[in-house]
Amino acid sequence: MSEASAPPAPASGGRASMRKELPEHFKAYKHVWVFVEYEHGQIHPVSLELLGEGRKLADKLNAELAGVLIGADRDQLAAAAATCHEYGADLVYLTVDPIYEQYRNEPFTRAMTELVNTFKPEILLLGATTLGRDLAGSVATTLLTGLTADSTELAIDDERSLAATRPTFGGSLLCTIHTLNYRPQMATVRPRVMPMPTPQPGRSGRIVEHKPDLVEEDIVTKVLRFIPDRQSDTAQLAYADIVVAGGLGLRSAENFQLVKALAEVLGAEHGGSRPLVQKGWITADRQIGQTGKTIRPKLYIAAGISGAIQHRVGVEGADLIVAINIDPNAPIFDFAHVGVVADAVEFLPALTQTFAERLSVNRLAG
Amino acid sequence: MVDAKFDVIVVGAGPSGNAAAYTMAKQGLKVLQLERGEYPGSKNVQGAILYANALEQIIPDFREDAPLERHVIEQRSWMLDDTSYVGMHYRSDDFNEEKPNRYTIIRAQFDKWFSGKVREAGATVLCETTVKELIRNDRGRVIGVKTDREDGAVMADMVVLAEGVNGLVGHRSGLRSELKPDTVALAVKEMHFLPREVIESRFNLKGDEGVVIEAMGAVTSGMTGTAFLYTNQESISVGIGCIVSDFQESGETPYGLLERFKNHPAIRPLLEDSEVKEYAAHLIPEGGYKAIPQLYGDGWLIVGDAGQFVNAVHREGSNLAMTTGRVAGETIARLKRRGEDFSAENLAEYRRRLEDSFVMKDLKKYRNIPSFLHKSKHLFDTYPRLLSKAAQTWLRVDGVDKVSKEKEIIGAFRKSRKWSGLLSDAFNLARAWR
Amino acid sequence: MSQMHIVVCIKQVPDSAQIRVHPVTNTIMRQGVPTIINPCDLFSLEEALRWRDRLGGEVTVLTMGPPTAAESLRKALAFGADRAVLLTDRYFAGSDTLATSFALTQAIAKVSDMWGAPDLVFCGKQTIDGDTAQVGPGIASRLGLNQLTYVASIASIDQEAGTIEAERRAEGGVQVLSTRLPALVTMLEGSNEMRRGSMASALAAATAEIVTWSAADAGIEDLTKCGLRGSPTVVKKVFAPLARSEKAEQIAAARRPTDEIAAELMETIFARQPAIESDLMRFASGQ
Repeated sequence: MSEASAPPAPASGGRASMRKELPEHFKAYKHVWVFVEYEHGQIHPVSLELLGEGRKLADKLNAELAGVLIGADRDQLAAAAATCHEYGADLVYLTVDPIYEQYRNEPFTRAMTELVNTFKPEILLLGATTLGRDLAGSVATTLLTGLTADSTELAIDDERSLAATRPTFGGSLLCTIHTLNYRPQMATVRPRVMPMPTPQPGRSGRIVEHKPDLVEEDIVTKVLRFIPDRQSDTAQLAYADIVVAGGLGLRSAENFQLVKALAEVLGAEHGGSRPLVQKGWITADRQIGQTGKTIRPKLYIAAGISGAIQHRVGVEGADLIVAINIDPNAPIFDFAHVGVVADAVEFLPALTQTFAERLSVNRLAG
Repeated sequence: MVDAKFDVIVVGAGPSGNAAAYTMAKQGLKVLQLERGEYPGSKNVQGAILYANALEQIIPDFREDAPLERHVIEQRSWMLDDTSYVGMHYRSDDFNEEKPNRYTIIRAQFDKWFSGKVREAGATVLCETTVKELIRNDRGRVIGVKTDREDGAVMADMVVLAEGVNGLVGHRSGLRSELKPDTVALAVKEMHFLPREVIESRFNLKGDEGVVIEAMGAVTSGMTGTAFLYTNQESISVGIGCIVSDFQESGETPYGLLERFKNHPAIRPLLEDSEVKEYAAHLIPEGGYKAIPQLYGDGWLIVGDAGQFVNAVHREGSNLAMTTGRVAGETIARLKRRGEDFSAENLAEYRRRLEDSFVMKDLKKYRNIPSFLHKSKHLFDTYPRLLSKAAQTWLRVDGVDKVSKEKEIIGAFRKSRKWSGLLSDAFNLARAWR
Repeated sequence: MSQMHIVVCIKQVPDSAQIRVHPVTNTIMRQGVPTIINPCDLFSLEEALRWRDRLGGEVTVLTMGPPTAAESLRKALAFGADRAVLLTDRYFAGSDTLATSFALTQAIAKVSDMWGAPDLVFCGKQTIDGDTAQVGPGIASRLGLNQLTYVASIASIDQEAGTIEAERRAEGGVQVLSTRLPALVTMLEGSNEMRRGSMASALAAATAEIVTWSAADAGIEDLTKCGLRGSPTVVKKVFAPLARSEKAEQIAAARRPTDEIAAELMETIFARQPAIESDLMRFASGQ
């Protein structure tokens, strides 16, 4: 996804050349696992994206791809397992018990670590959702292994080691990380970073069940209730076809209205860069970028956004990126397809008007 | 209000504030320095040139650990028209001395270092704290400051205003009038990254040698202003500024001017392949001697840019800032040692010492320059073009005899300004210069 | 009822907005880049201070970093924290999140010995330089603390019963959770507003003593779990992505009326992606 491969920089000191042998007991660890996030009767799309990615890694390693499903409803989980098979999993590990009805860190960590210790995967991938990140951190620490978070690219290198690439330094640079001498090699990936694979209907696979000795009385944290978000409130950014976003170039919170106005005319979703969340101009669910939402729309219009790497990796998958920025040297022009050097505050209303006129003409005609 | 009381409160952690705070703390006074920025230097912008002599008077061995970029061995003074420049260069190996006289520095790093020294000397430095106003007793003497923090009033026997060109606290407290647009310039600058080897070969330098280019002329579109280009270790500082009232009249933008300057045929090749790292803007006092406000009163005095201590002709500001800060600190420390109070009468010593030093002497010398520059726009468009044309005529070898060339050059000057104009320009400049 | 003891872990990070890559050598230029307290940590610190103000007790701020990290601790003290501990040692250099959570865990154990076991440990949700969000969960699992991450708000803390109730952001909604103290909490960005420290706190912070511990002082005996040696992850490469080979098609904007530029932009968009034009027409006629 990134067009990387500048000469490696001497930034991490001699360690890169350290290649101890993998401890003997880890050599038995094989196969690629994907934690399949299943909540409220649905598989989170990121897990399917990871199955697609995991399939490629497993093929490169000549290994199997397994999904891990943890939940309470046996029938629903059976159907989910079938879906996993169709998306490329050769087998699915299943842990079923009422204690897993809603996500809680303790039981899920127990279940996951037991599965890992019993069946020994060499790679474990999780979606970087709030659940996934919560779980991954605990699992990695319990297993005392390495975890690379928010990877934007995964690959297997010549020595069969997982190379996970991610932005660093707040998004100014990219780095590639390995877990050389520990297993499993863990990585989390944000939704929409990997493309959604095409399922093969009718593809089948195996199921292996496992259940740790855990009862509700052992678990300290209780879920008192769950308050679902109101549909109208939530941003559907991740799957929108057209997205309009604004950055600090808008200069003030009031000017963000200009972004919303254009989005409305285009029937698009609106969002903003990270600093806008930090300033309170937009809510966190509308943040676009590596630590916000990754999007892959057909059209992405960035107004007054400088285009740091942190933002870039969140939008690079878009089909057409249009950038509006007053600074001709802004990094966004390095990866946008079309650019306009102009003041976003002045230009957005004109653009909104132009589209509105064209579309209203059509509405009258149609 | 807090319980702690201090001898002196210094408002601002720029060069003048640091100089004052350091001097006083070193002499054992209890000093509190309040800076509104996140860290010392965060609100400061400068080219920047460090004048070693001024700093040596405060921290003699500063060269040991101060972050210094290059020591200046060459000065280029250019008068630009749209495509050319006529210039004067001075370069000397004499400047490759054991204790060089001028350095280029990067303000953010330098201020941080200087502030570290101030803390080491024993002063208490608080950042992210803005002084809102001075607190006076019923006789009008300044006895403390009010800040924007909760319970934010702090008392002291003396307040030193080192708050920079805007002088907001001084203005709000009635100590000085509002800044007039014709006594201040708005300058913008960029830092361009360029590898050390490129800088060295492009500017003909070895090791830590550095070059300073100061330019004026057509780049300011007929407005009163100057431009500069300084070499740092691995970057170049380039900037331009004009009097604010001129910007208001012309409607030009500082950023537009900077772009034009950067694209001038003489400048563009110097910046080729560089990467712009940062952009900053700042106001520079340009009013000179006549714009200096009342510098002291009962319990207070003013140092640095807040006092309009900038020599516009030689572009000296930070040395005057440091010197006024040091002199202020010494004056205050001496009064404290002798057990005398900080009345206006006693603090007048501060001004007297400045009058005796190069600070006031230089500012007095050039006191008429600001008004001269304001009236003589020719200096910024007509003369650069005439000089450029003259130089080209003179240097082109095209079969025209030299006497005719001389006549052509003189004729051009006369046609443009007439004898009366040329004479009065020369006369006015000489008068303002003296 | 004994006083609450709250420990807040913070990290000093470079202000990433100002980091640049050297155009030739591709190394990171950190010269003169100011350091700040990791922004997410401030929300956790503020939350800790609020509960301390409400229920009484002490807030200890802890950080693992180079000696200059003391600056961030002073800032935390200026906000009103009661005590600051700096864990610094060359053995910690090169620590990834596993090694960091190990060191911090040991330090928290030592903090417990000296000033009482914490009822709550707050960590920042994630850092702007690492972004992994792993240290908090790492500390929780090592210390056996019940873990509450992505907390939007803490509804109540009952010291007598030893429970805490909080709202946690989950996919598609909010979980209202209850668990027992001691617990580890990470707060969401924007969950509260950082206070301005009072003048008294700021002055006290300027002269306060920062407790400084080396690995040995913190009771860390197994150095193989620290620093590079204790880090399973290895950074093999750091680089800047190349500009796309085909630069952006620039729509000339100088000296042209804005609506003309807008019209050209719209036509360019439609020309490059005809699907968008048809989608929009359909959307418009459907309205």
